[in-house]
Amino acid sequence: MAAVAPARRRKRRSLPIGRILLLGFFLVFVLWPLYWMFNTSIKPSDDYLTVPPVWFPAEPTLVHYEAALFTYRGLDGLINSLIISLSATVLSALFGTLMAYSLARYNTGGRHLSFWVLSQRFLPPIGIVLPVFLIYRGVGLYDTHIGLIIAYTVFTLPVSVWMMFAYFRGMPKSMEEAALVDGCTRWEAFWRVAVPLAAPGIVAAAVFAFIACWTEFFFALILTSRTAFTLPTVFRAFIGFQGAQYGEAAALAIVSLVPSIALGVLAQRHLVRGLTLGAVRG
Amino acid sequence: MAEVRITGLHKRYGAFHAVRGIDLHIRDGEFTVLVGPSGCGKSTLLRTIAGLEESSQGTIEIGGEVVNDFRPRDRDVAMVFQDYALYPHMSVAKNIGFGLKARKMPKPEVEMRVAEAARMLGITPLLGRFPRQLSGGQRQRVAIGRAIVRNPRIFLFDEPLSNLDAQLRDEMRGEIKRLHQDIATTMIYVTHDQIEAMTLADRIVLMRDGLIEQQGAPLELFERPASTFVAGFLGSPRMSFLPGTLALEGSTAAIRLADALLPLAPGRGLQDVADGQKVLLGLRPEHLTRAHTATPAQGTFRYEATIDLLQPTGSRSYATFRLAGAPVMAELQAHDVSRPGEKLAIDINMKRASIFDATTERAL
Repeated sequence: MAAVAPARRRKRRSLPIGRILLLGFFLVFVLWPLYWMFNTSIKPSDDYLTVPPVWFPAEPTLVHYEAALFTYRGLDGLINSLIISLSATVLSALFGTLMAYSLARYNTGGRHLSFWVLSQRFLPPIGIVLPVFLIYRGVGLYDTHIGLIIAYTVFTLPVSVWMMFAYFRGMPKSMEEAALVDGCTRWEAFWRVAVPLAAPGIVAAAVFAFIACWTEFFFALILTSRTAFTLPTVFRAFIGFQGAQYGEAAALAIVSLVPSIALGVLAQRHLVRGLTLGAVRG
Repeated sequence: MAEVRITGLHKRYGAFHAVRGIDLHIRDGEFTVLVGPSGCGKSTLLRTIAGLEESSQGTIEIGGEVVNDFRPRDRDVAMVFQDYALYPHMSVAKNIGFGLKARKMPKPEVEMRVAEAARMLGITPLLGRFPRQLSGGQRQRVAIGRAIVRNPRIFLFDEPLSNLDAQLRDEMRGEIKRLHQDIATTMIYVTHDQIEAMTLADRIVLMRDGLIEQQGAPLELFERPASTFVAGFLGSPRMSFLPGTLALEGSTAAIRLADALLPLAPGRGLQDVADGQKVLLGLRPEHLTRAHTATPAQGTFRYEATIDLLQPTGSRSYATFRLAGAPVMAELQAHDVSRPGEKLAIDINMKRASIFDATTERAL
């Protein structure tokens, strides 16, 4: 043992350098675009494409934010996005939890139903967008908040169900059985025992659903026009025949990051637990 | 307080027939232990009584009432689970009071009863803690507290001690026994541990392959096992089985092993047997002692044994030797035997020996 220990210590001491290099590279890789985006959003238009680049503008400006939010209706898009994404997230988490519980505890529909749910994700969205568009036109859901909420709930449900399914599967049945014997109805055992224990999983699934809705572009583009348009669709306006509005695009991108980051920070504690699926300990 | 009557109970999971026709009457206040190897259906039977599994056929009565269609909550039973099944997101006090709260009991009364249960189990200082902050034994106590606080008609225990280490298991076993003495409620206890079964039970129900193999008081099963299965399951170290044939001569009977004739105690009522019938002689280690007298006492058979293997445990030593080719274990005083290879005169108490039919493996 004594002979082995120093060698091992030497090995461990050499690690941090490699680790720092790797982490440093990774950080630059991740943060550089963010820095550049922020930098662009506060640059005067003339500084966009200069050589050498302007690393930080001498006179930062907020005009791009104003233009993006008001002239280009970015604020409306932001509000629509919040309404639609939050609604779809809540619905997806709600239905996802119920469905996953049913699949996990009652084996509803056997193997085939649970696989069918996941198989929804195999479908390329482009394959269904046209029929959905036609149906929406027919039933009056085109360019409505409800329409997009329904669509997003449906798209995010498979992932929510599967994340929650794994979570409930990993949760010992005996706690709910104890609740049943203790005097709960089936519903109470679910609501008062299973759901609180699954909270980290529900939060993790909800965060994933929210991010998926928040960044969705394709269906929003096809299914909305002037009323229910979402934030990602606003970006189209920044690329025109005469050139690109880099500042506005960067400004709106920065704005669009805020809710995701806020949610991530709020849910972080749950997220880590939720991603280590089913790790319920007594 | 209630009796339990189970009639013609079957439980099938698809093609698997877990419980294959159980008739069982558990008297009010009785401590019944369901014991058997894993997969014998004992847990399934318990869960069916609790209402966590639906029976496929047959009836379950609790307190004279058929409860087949009752939800678990309406059966007024309490259950202690193998993994304790405490609610991790609730404090100990909340865990214990959960069932009362679920039954809409007023808060002051819940608190009073939780405090009383905690006092009984000596866990009052733990009431504010969470399950993850407790040791295994403490968790088990909380689980028992959660059961007794409701004052149910029947207690069900599903291998409650199997997750505990040996020392704690002994301690909790004693506490469960004391609990039963104190509250005298019907208890049904599932275990695969024969020591738990022997020490706790008023009555043991020994199960095998979904059927009851034998039931009765612990000593009754121990002394008069109905089959080689029961004889082998109860008792540690295990009973030794020696193949032989029955030798009947007038009113005397004996068992012929390869090179020995072991006379049976007179008056031993063997029914429906024939001379030459193949049998198994069952000897428990404690039926064999070292000979200390010049001539064997009546009903004992003396054998000159050469000890093959010795397992000292401190106060006693388990000595294995060969009798007519088959290994037999004797439980000897530690000072009676010193080393393997030693030659000893062993007295076999034939009055306590069991005899089984070699084909059916049932007791004769």
